[in-house]
Amino acid sequence: MLFLCMLMLTLLHAQETFPVNGVADERSGSYAFTNATIVKDAQTTIQNATLVISHGKIVAVGANVAVPKDAAVIDCKGKYIYPSFIDLFSDYGITPPKAGNGNFRSYQNISDTKGAYGWNEALKPETDASRIFASDAGKAKDLRSIGFGTVLTHQQDGIARGTGAVVTLGDSRENFEMIKEKAAAFYSFDRGSSSQSYPNSLMGMIALLRQTYLDAQWYKNKPATEGTNLSLQAWNDNQALPQIFDAADKWNVLRALKIANEYGVKYIVKGGGNEYQRMAEMKATKASFILPLNFPLAVDVEDPNEARVVALSVMKNWELAPYEPAMFEKEGINFALTASGLKNTDDFTANLQKAISDGLSAAKALEALTRTPATLAGIYDKVGSIETGKLANFLISSGPIFDEKTVVYQNWVQGTRYTISDNGWNDYRGNYKLTLKQGGQTKEYNVEVKGSPNKLAANIQATGDSVKNDIKLSVSDRMVKMNWSGKADSSKLNSLNGIISDKTWMGNGYSANGDVINWNMQYVSAFVEKPDTAKKADAAKEVTGKINYPFVSYGWTEAPKQEDLLIKNTTVWTNEKDGNLENTDVLLKNGKIASIGKNLSAGNAKVIDGTGKHLTAGIIDEHSHIAATGGINECSQSVTAEVRIADVIDPDDINIYRQLAGGVTSSHILHGSCNTIGGQTQLIKLRWGASAEDMKFANWDPFIKFALGENVKRSYNNQNNRFPDSRMGVEQVLVDAFQRAKDYQAMGPNKRKDLELETLSEILNGKRFITCHSYVQSEINMLMHVGDSMGFKVNTFTHILEGYKVADKMKARNIAASTFSDWYTYKSEVQDAIAYNAAIMQKVGLIVAVNSDDAEMARHLNKEAAKSIKYGGVPESEALKMCTLNPATMLHVADRVGSIKVGKDADLVLWSDNPLSTYAKPEKTIVDGVVYFDIVKDAAMHQQIAAERNRLIQKMIAAKKDGAKTTPATVTFDVQNECEIDHHEKNSIWD
Amino acid sequence: MKKIFASLFVVIAITKASAQETIYPAPAQNATIALTHATIHIGNGEVLNDGMIVFSNGKIIDVRPTANIADIKVFDCSGKHIYPGLISPVTNLGLNEISAVRSTVDDRELGDINPNIHAAIAYNTDSKVIDILRANGVLLANVIPDGGIISGTSSVMQLDAWNWEDALYKKDAGIHFRLPYLVRYSAEEDALKEGMKQIEEVRQFFRDAKAYFGESKHEHTNIKFEAVKGLFDRTQIFYAHCELVKEMMVAVEFANEFGFKTVIVGGTDSWKIADYLKQNNISVILNQVYSLPAMQDDDYDLPYKTPYLLQQAGVLYCISDADQSTRFRNLPFDAGTAVGFGLTKEQALQAVTLNTAKILGIDNSTGSLEKGKDANIVVSDGDLLDMKTSNVAYAFIQGRQINLDNKQKQLFEKYKYKYNLK
Repeated sequence: MLFLCMLMLTLLHAQETFPVNGVADERSGSYAFTNATIVKDAQTTIQNATLVISHGKIVAVGANVAVPKDAAVIDCKGKYIYPSFIDLFSDYGITPPKAGNGNFRSYQNISDTKGAYGWNEALKPETDASRIFASDAGKAKDLRSIGFGTVLTHQQDGIARGTGAVVTLGDSRENFEMIKEKAAAFYSFDRGSSSQSYPNSLMGMIALLRQTYLDAQWYKNKPATEGTNLSLQAWNDNQALPQIFDAADKWNVLRALKIANEYGVKYIVKGGGNEYQRMAEMKATKASFILPLNFPLAVDVEDPNEARVVALSVMKNWELAPYEPAMFEKEGINFALTASGLKNTDDFTANLQKAISDGLSAAKALEALTRTPATLAGIYDKVGSIETGKLANFLISSGPIFDEKTVVYQNWVQGTRYTISDNGWNDYRGNYKLTLKQGGQTKEYNVEVKGSPNKLAANIQATGDSVKNDIKLSVSDRMVKMNWSGKADSSKLNSLNGIISDKTWMGNGYSANGDVINWNMQYVSAFVEKPDTAKKADAAKEVTGKINYPFVSYGWTEAPKQEDLLIKNTTVWTNEKDGNLENTDVLLKNGKIASIGKNLSAGNAKVIDGTGKHLTAGIIDEHSHIAATGGINECSQSVTAEVRIADVIDPDDINIYRQLAGGVTSSHILHGSCNTIGGQTQLIKLRWGASAEDMKFANWDPFIKFALGENVKRSYNNQNNRFPDSRMGVEQVLVDAFQRAKDYQAMGPNKRKDLELETLSEILNGKRFITCHSYVQSEINMLMHVGDSMGFKVNTFTHILEGYKVADKMKARNIAASTFSDWYTYKSEVQDAIAYNAAIMQKVGLIVAVNSDDAEMARHLNKEAAKSIKYGGVPESEALKMCTLNPATMLHVADRVGSIKVGKDADLVLWSDNPLSTYAKPEKTIVDGVVYFDIVKDAAMHQQIAAERNRLIQKMIAAKKDGAKTTPATVTFDVQNECEIDHHEKNSIWD
Repeated sequence: MKKIFASLFVVIAITKASAQETIYPAPAQNATIALTHATIHIGNGEVLNDGMIVFSNGKIIDVRPTANIADIKVFDCSGKHIYPGLISPVTNLGLNEISAVRSTVDDRELGDINPNIHAAIAYNTDSKVIDILRANGVLLANVIPDGGIISGTSSVMQLDAWNWEDALYKKDAGIHFRLPYLVRYSAEEDALKEGMKQIEEVRQFFRDAKAYFGESKHEHTNIKFEAVKGLFDRTQIFYAHCELVKEMMVAVEFANEFGFKTVIVGGTDSWKIADYLKQNNISVILNQVYSLPAMQDDDYDLPYKTPYLLQQAGVLYCISDADQSTRFRNLPFDAGTAVGFGLTKEQALQAVTLNTAKILGIDNSTGSLEKGKDANIVVSDGDLLDMKTSNVAYAFIQGRQINLDNKQKQLFEKYKYKYNLK
């Protein structure tokens, strides 16, 4: 009941349809705020101005505005008025949904959502935040206290999250707080509460979004085969709104915007706070951003053995993340700020101030919290500045809003005052005369009230005395408490209590001896503020590290450049007819091999002495899982031809650098082997530091990963309920997939475009090539038969540890083989794996490669190739081809890489020794004429990394000493992908 | 000359005559054998060119420059290299046949403290992996149970036997303590606190065991305590499986409190406290050289050069190959890789032979080619540690010339036949 009464008191306008319990109490809510410094927007500040509001709206603002008679006047002398902040990325007032009960081991094919909705539970475009919004007084108060007045709130659940509503943060009925029901549609790369199996990977989510754009377009004609699909309907309806994508990571920003570009939509992207690590790419997107201020906490690294497990990249991120807003400003990128992601809402203000001290201008900060978000959400006509006609949403503060010392007193929402702090609203500082009346005696004192308006201090001095005593003074809501003691007896206090009435303070109290006192205190003169000398010297500019590319150890601060190089007097393993050339020079120009011969002239090229060393083509790994993020398997369906590794290339994977150090220059990044048709693969060059797009091997024939056997029938799981469960079923999955693709092709135009079937059609049309994970001869034979009957060809069998048993059949179909050198007996289907496999297949005449699957093994594929000498007597020249020319051939790129031949790409490795020797190691690894690994530079980097780690550890320890919050040191993990998920390779102690 | 031909004939006959199930363990050595004209790598760092090694009744009786000796079987090993049999210090050989097939896995037991679990009695001499290892020069293996915190008792097995009893080389040689990680995986879980609690339980176990052995008469015989008796009289080795500094410090502290002969297994970061380990007489069985660095920031070659770092610091260490995909067959090449990153070839060899023997407590009988030791010998056509030349021609365990055939070689032959290959 009490609560209701309070509500009614604060209501400006009664809702006409609602009955009143009592008598009507309508008020106009007219106020005039006078003598204020009014910051209308980031560009416009008016001094000594007046703001008039009425009925929750701004009716006038300016320097020469007359105060209306019907307005209550609030004197804002010395105070500042700002538009209150707007957050575009909020879940205020929205209850999060319950998490689904799905799990990886139990297969759920379609959505559990009841009703006429779409097939995928992670797509909820029909969610309408306005229908589930309910004010939350506690949360509203938290947000108001950090300056927000308006939020765009949505249910943060699923990949398509439906629409968000704009609400103000007052305590009146939702009917009044909600100012726009649908302001934007939201998306993310997070499946949220969905218990459905698909999609379980980032690449699956991207495929799902792409397919849904197509489906929604198709649904516009209301195809009978679909019936009513409220999800697709909502998806289409939502397209008219601003589209906001929660990317939450720098690379995901690019991934999201790539989808947007493909389907002609525009996303406003919410970042994750690490976008500063790739500013050039961010700028190039031309997108608008929503940036979080949830900067990482310092890690508690006082214990050196705990510091040991924290990667430099984590420490650097702690140091540099607060610079992100400033860097966006510098680059001229449009952005709004959000309080989203803060564990503790109160940290918002401190973090914002940190961003400002790290270079963000106060004007831009204000813009990013007011006009920019308002404009992006299409609500600038209502909020975002102090202008006539807009909502009376504003802040009153003691000074410039982002100054550390500034106190925000009030946050007005739609014309209703919410007090954040009274403390200092009235500036009581000044020199006073205090008169005490005690038992008929009158004593006079001088009292100096000083300090800051919200943190008063005072002292007292008897008239004519030289001794000053400090007063403990507190003022709350005009009520005053003062106590002090004379020097003589500090245990006894004089205590006064009273009230302030303009310039007169008065009240009663007790003397130190317990005598009753009456007192009054009269204002005499103004307080004179002394300049602040204690301010920290700005001159001691903070030292920060540089951004390196990629943002992990061994990343470049300055990228190595393509150089013309002459490698002199070395043993050249050409992989061509010439075989090995002794004492030979190789000239690299413009990223290509320009000439090979003796005593070549260097010209302008840099000379590298290759005496006693060996030069080979760069290693090519036919089967790799590095440099991919968000899950290597889309495990949720047996056929996921639509998912693409290209969408999830991760340039930050340290294994790229480690493998360059092992001589690898190109890697074929594959899906795992969780399902029969895994998806579209990607060939990359290990251009360490480049973006995902720039790592891709240009103009290559696209491939697709298939898999057979134990992994796809999920033998590791005793309760498999996903078809297939046997090799017999695997065959039918394939037959069915290709039959559907054929039927699809026959359907002609105007069909629903299906990304899965489009991809399978490419295979049938000879435009996409298969590499198939396989082990036992029966399944290898099977796939060849399915191919024969369906009219497609298998390009490569990969792993293929029983390839030696059917090498003749593969030879007849000209199928290549990419195998492990010597893995065996780690699961049932490799019991007949033999280390002689590569040799037999090579002797039968197949193109044979050795592959890694494994981030460690890829560091020495030369040695894996050398094992074919030991096991089966393959000649050295042919053995080397198994990790260079042969994988290039089976990947259709042998015209550019794989051998040392004039005109080919300058992808080369200079070895310390015969590259097939166990003792050999790369000294230089070159891609496109760029030296990406240099053993000498690497040693220097070790020193730099150690020094940089030490600097940051010291800085974190100092921050902790200064009172910064910290988080415990935790192991920084690097994900190691492998397709053999049913056994665990002990490659890293963290596995 | 005749004799040489005769012996070669014998070798070939053995290779050709057997299918996997008929690769018989060799009978005891009944005649003195001399391997001549070889480069002999003693295993202690020394190399003897054009050397000769003579062994009889399973024991080495002479190692010296090649000379004429009458009336014994001679293998002319001209151009070949001779090595001590390699010792694989960390395996689940014979306990875990196919890791993905549960019914073939016998390497772990339920419960946390299981010192009374004995690996040897589950060791399957018919494992298909054993023959593969022999063909690469691995003649002895430390067979270790997994699981729990005190996993059980390991034994050193020789790899040519009819049954586990015959395979025993050193029975119940060590107890295995798997330390929990003392670093956090997440901010929420205090791994140090949790880990120290587990460690405290183990400490209490050993304190109770110590008290138990102080009893004049046991009211109840405790078979768990009985199983660790050898730790207290230092006839057994205390193997502490751990990677990082804090865990290793705990292991050292255990060694100090209880006086155990202690070996660290894993030792990813052992190089960081090498001096400390040396002072405390702690030796290290390093993880396989073919490993990824533990952390992003680590030198890319850190696991490759850790043997060298320990070598420089004077810590007694050896190299392991616990790889579950290649099933320990690459032990010589793990050692060879360390050569590319600092070790000399002889140091690398020592890290898979004599050092290993010392650490496992079997250096009295093996680990180097010295008079009086068991004739555990590998003859390779070329450098054993370099995969492009590594090709084991003969091998002897306790003087018995073992059959180097295996299932993989047989399948090779089968399909060479199919495709008419040479």
